Amino acid sequence: MISPAHTNISREIPAADAALPQGAARFTETPFSRKKMRSESAAEYVFLAMTLLLVAPLLLILGYLLYQAWPILSLDFLLTNPKRGMRAGGIWSPLLGTFYLVFLSLVIATPIGVLAAVYLNEYARNNWFTRLIQLAVVNLSGVPSIVHALFGLGAFVLFAGIGRSILAASLTLAIMTLPVIIAGTKEALSSVPQSFREACWNVGATRWQTIRAVVLPNAVSGILTGIILQVSRAAGETAPILFTGAVFFKAISEGDLLAYGLFDQCMALSMHLFTISTQVPDVPHALPYGTAIVLLGAVLCINAVSILLRIVLRSRKKW
Amino acid sequence: MSGRRKTAVLTEKTMEALIRLCGVSAVVFVFGIFFFVFREGYDLLPRLDYREFFTSIEWYPTSQNRVRYGILALLAGTFSVTVLAMLLAVPFGLGAAIYVSEFCPPKRRETLKVIIELLAAIPSVVWGFIGLTVMNPLIIYLFRVPIGLNVLNGGIILALMSVPIIVSIAEDALKAVPDTYREAALALGATRWQTVYRVLLPAARNGLLAAVLLGVGRAIGETMAVLMATGHAVHIPTSVFDSVRTLTATVAAEMGEAPVHSDHYKVLFVIGILLFTLTFLVNLIADLTVRGIRNK
Repeated sequence: MISPAHTNISREIPAADAALPQGAARFTETPFSRKKMRSESAAEYVFLAMTLLLVAPLLLILGYLLYQAWPILSLDFLLTNPKRGMRAGGIWSPLLGTFYLVFLSLVIATPIGVLAAVYLNEYARNNWFTRLIQLAVVNLSGVPSIVHALFGLGAFVLFAGIGRSILAASLTLAIMTLPVIIAGTKEALSSVPQSFREACWNVGATRWQTIRAVVLPNAVSGILTGIILQVSRAAGETAPILFTGAVFFKAISEGDLLAYGLFDQCMALSMHLFTISTQVPDVPHALPYGTAIVLLGAVLCINAVSILLRIVLRSRKKW
Repeated sequence: MSGRRKTAVLTEKTMEALIRLCGVSAVVFVFGIFFFVFREGYDLLPRLDYREFFTSIEWYPTSQNRVRYGILALLAGTFSVTVLAMLLAVPFGLGAAIYVSEFCPPKRRETLKVIIELLAAIPSVVWGFIGLTVMNPLIIYLFRVPIGLNVLNGGIILALMSVPIIVSIAEDALKAVPDTYREAALALGATRWQTVYRVLLPAARNGLLAAVLLGVGRAIGETMAVLMATGHAVHIPTSVFDSVRTLTATVAAEMGEAPVHSDHYKVLFVIGILLFTLTFLVNLIADLTVRGIRNK
């Protein structure tokens, strides 16, 4: 929330009479006030420069990757399998694999994440147990991705006996991205006014009926934002799928959307990028750039959708 | 009770149980992660030579003569890359947070926040690829060193990766300082820089610390980017132009080749336990400091 007072501070000072220095402006200028002014504008420019130095790389990198990948980008690139030991062809097999992994992890993580957020926001009392859950959520997102990979290997691949498969990899990804959904949903739920719930209770609805009929429908776009972010996170992850289901190379029939089974291993875009840029010698220059730009483009587009949704949502809010 | 009423009560009971179950799932998963990683590695724990493990730089897990598991060099790798990343990311991250929160006009603030959010969305393997294809030749060209995959490369990449977290948490912390503080400072004739320096930074201290800690946690745990950008030399770096290997990169690089349930495989899980504990502690401290401000 940007409070009005805060905004005024940022806006009004530069808008003051330009001929006068800021702060002690209307009084006689002293060496002290001049020094103060100088340090003020110096601070502003230094911080601006720092911010731009963070923002600039994103644009430069995007531009550079796109420039390098340009010759190879075509529909054909997306729709053909990698060929000749990954030195030619396109990215169909990894692209479809990533789609499967993302979709399946989404199906697993969404109900658990949304209901967990419902619990935290609607049921949980303010006690040590709730604290423990919150701490667990924070830690779940803080555990290194490679440890998630070890967990997936130990729990799903070996202990549960699923073997290296799309299912095991998706389960690992789902647990890893759960905090994203929980955080997004919780925020959406807490922005639904308490009076909505009270009105519903007053007409005799139970807790769950209230949640289903009033709270969730009013929070749905916020929940969607969280889910979209989960998708983008799951699509980009590499480490958790390394030992749980992703495979170095696998050709599938081109154009067939149902080419993978639940217990098959699959290729994935992120792992494919890793393989062709570090493990395979003599890959044509544009191939890894093309893969990188497809992965990056997909992730950034998904994120952009989530951001747009949030902006639309904020402007439409009725309460 | 009518039949419809009964179903309603039943649904209510089932849904509540389900919701409670999902509510505790996060706790279950965190314990599950520790349990299963521990389960694969615990065999080795009594047999492990801890002195060698923590103090030897000799990491020869597949040696024919004598297998040696010394992770000192890997720890040094993780440590050096993380420290360099934080040296770069903390001033820039906090500076950007201060600019976005205190100096920036509201319209530009929204744009900058969106860009920083997008920066956070770039997958780590893409960062690694950037380290490999952009930073590597750049470092070779600028510093005339034989190889650009080194601590400097990994540090810069990690800094760029952890900056978005630092910016967003630090900005929240600054925003949480009540506006009355700012107004009081202005009324005393302070400029905005003086307000930031003398009022806001001390007031938001805990939140800023938490931001830095979460950045550290991210940097320690990052895998793919450092795997691709820091080179593969298991030794203690003496300058930023030395190649290193981190704990995470070691697990990622070697797990594929280690036969299941061999000692090599188990020692990688032991490293996993170590990483889990490290990041757990960092996150716990960050969480406690944040909670500290909320309670005030």
